[in-house]
Amino acid sequence: MTPIPPHPPETAQTLNLTINGRQVSAQAGETILEAARANDIFIPTLCFLEGLSAQGSCRLCMVEIAGSAKLHPACVTRIQEGMEVTTETERLRDYRRNIIELLFSERNHVCAVCVASGHCELQDLASELGVDHISFPCRYPTLAVDASHRRFVLDHNRCILCTRCVRVCAEIEGAHTWDVKNRGIRSLIMADFDAPWGDSETCTGCGKCVHVCPTGALFEKGLAVAEMRKQRPALPTLVANRATEQR
Amino acid sequence: MTQREALQQQAEQRQQVLDAFSHHLLVCAGLGCLHNDEIIKALRKEIAAQGLEQQILVRKAGCMGLCALGPLVLVLPDAVYYQTVTPQDAGEIVAALGKEPVQRLLLPADLPFFSKQQKKVLALSGRIDPENIDDYLAAGGYASAVNAITAMSPPEILRIVGESGLRGRGGAGYPTGLKWATVAQAAGERKYLICNADEGDPGAFMDRSVLESTPHAVLEGMLIAAYAVGAHTGFIYVRAEYPLAVKRLQLAIREAERNRLLGQGVCGTSFDFTVQLRLGAGAFVCGEETALIESIEGRRGTPRPKPPYPAENGLWGSPTLINNVETYANIPLIIARGAAWFAAQGTEQSKGTKVFALTGRIKHAGLVEVPMGMTLREIVFEIGGGIPDGHAFKAVQTGGPSGGCIPAEHLDAPISYESLSALGSIMGSGGMIVMDDTSNMVDIVKYFMEFCMEESCGKCVPCRVGTAQIHSLLQKFCDRQASADDLAALETLCDLVKTTSLCGLGQSAPNPVLSTLKYFRQEYLDRMADPSGPHQEGQL
Repeated sequence: MTPIPPHPPETAQTLNLTINGRQVSAQAGETILEAARANDIFIPTLCFLEGLSAQGSCRLCMVEIAGSAKLHPACVTRIQEGMEVTTETERLRDYRRNIIELLFSERNHVCAVCVASGHCELQDLASELGVDHISFPCRYPTLAVDASHRRFVLDHNRCILCTRCVRVCAEIEGAHTWDVKNRGIRSLIMADFDAPWGDSETCTGCGKCVHVCPTGALFEKGLAVAEMRKQRPALPTLVANRATEQR
Repeated sequence: MTQREALQQQAEQRQQVLDAFSHHLLVCAGLGCLHNDEIIKALRKEIAAQGLEQQILVRKAGCMGLCALGPLVLVLPDAVYYQTVTPQDAGEIVAALGKEPVQRLLLPADLPFFSKQQKKVLALSGRIDPENIDDYLAAGGYASAVNAITAMSPPEILRIVGESGLRGRGGAGYPTGLKWATVAQAAGERKYLICNADEGDPGAFMDRSVLESTPHAVLEGMLIAAYAVGAHTGFIYVRAEYPLAVKRLQLAIREAERNRLLGQGVCGTSFDFTVQLRLGAGAFVCGEETALIESIEGRRGTPRPKPPYPAENGLWGSPTLINNVETYANIPLIIARGAAWFAAQGTEQSKGTKVFALTGRIKHAGLVEVPMGMTLREIVFEIGGGIPDGHAFKAVQTGGPSGGCIPAEHLDAPISYESLSALGSIMGSGGMIVMDDTSNMVDIVKYFMEFCMEESCGKCVPCRVGTAQIHSLLQKFCDRQASADDLAALETLCDLVKTTSLCGLGQSAPNPVLSTLKYFRQEYLDRMADPSGPHQEGQL
């Protein structure tokens, strides 16, 4: 998880590019995703969250760039002068739908009994991209729920391993309570050296991880179905304020 | 006396010592050859018993290549190879020196396994003691590095490496000269050099053998590279599962430092270069350069998105040159003999030779080095001696779990980065697994997919979940439960994983499936739930 280097504001140079045929301009050093969002062009994302380092792991923000046979993740690809970006094609839509389907098939995502239903980014994207069924067999793994923390719960069944919690804890809170254990399909979020969350010696109980979590994997205790409303902490403001203080 | 002259003298002294013996017995002492320690002991005991210590020298040597018939013993100057030697054979071997060789153990002198190969990188493998720097010096070792550092300028070296046409031997085949030039030009005070020795393909042992046989050649290549790009710290990232390679590298680094070929003021110049070892814990993904860098930095070995490439933003954010073991081992030869010598071999786009680990259903399994452009047929049927037990050739898998299966109709394809890629496989690092008619391709592919699923780091969704889903689908074929829909889903998933995965592991994981769907599709159809039923492929 290496943050892509922050773009230096001193070299602010305006670049022109086209996104979906529309001419837009953006600052050198910005990513395709930033340029698109500044121009109200929607690109789906799950692992990306403004204020955290981008890691390009969910692969939903893949876009086409003229002259390149490959697809490029918009969250970590810097714009270039004259770049021609396409964010919506049937091919991209198919890939995005397939990725959402893979995520649903990976664990036990049952919206009807989920605390985050109605406020879930995975659910929203599925609806946005028209995913109305899952073409792959669901794996239904047997996964634990860690309710050892006084105020919060970690439900691995709903986790999509976006690692926003890992990054917010390490980069913003500075506690680095969370990390990933195992690898591949067996990967799991863990607290400290695989301790029950409630026994964690580093967790400050700040709750940032709960609120950046896009699904119902991290939630506040005592809430029933559809009651967990996530309030994204004002990460960009926090980051900007800190940068000013440090200067 | 300058450092150069001192090394020269050291080399000559060693050569005099070696020349004083009438016979040398070299014993293959790689990790794969069992009992080689006992063979060495038995030979020495026999020689001592006959009072021939002043005439016959027993030396341990690196891999001689023909692993299927190992351990081998090479008799010099007669150049006679003995096969499958045991400690009990010592008496006969010593008694036969200077007389008729032991027929029972003799390998035919004209064996195509040896005569068809062109050993460049492996020229000293099996000919020198890997644990003795003087042996390497006596064979002309480190002359290229000393010459480069004391008499050549970095741009001159970059030009030679560029003109040679050498491409990365780790698998992707990126032009080495271009990579070096990028690092040399990259802005930044501090630059790093990495040797990727995290060889992880099942059945591959090229890099292990090179490290075990000629560790100094790899160090020499790194030294030249460091001087050319301006790096002062190098890391060798080697798997902990290669204990002998690690031990020999540690020794080689110590000996090179003692001879002032590494460390402060290399060869009496102002150039500093230190090399450290980093042991990998066996994760396949750590062979991916950015995951390897994360691992050296002390983090979880997961790949970073590229760009930025390591050449600009690598280890701890500094410009980093990362090359494979075999790539570095080629460098001293190119500097010694010139770009034209290197470029004279191979094909238009792929120059030089390539080391392969030839395994599977083949008579002469082992380590081979062939010029680029040689056909698969020559490698399998001449060098490899063909398929044992009267079975028929079915396919050859190149590039391990990232490669594809090439069928008999393409056996005349020449070995090059382009031709293998056109056939749906890859050069990879040099694993070559031969399969005969007893292998079922769906089983083989399921094995490779299981490997990729187990080794996926889990960072990106397509690779983490996609490989697991593909594996489940392949299991259905193996259980004869698959439907036409499953075949369609298999193709959709392979395309998704190949196109959208973050790193090379995921991007190449579907290759075995895709290549067998292309060349051995009938085997999938035969394993469907009811191949004659309504779900015929045409009705998809």
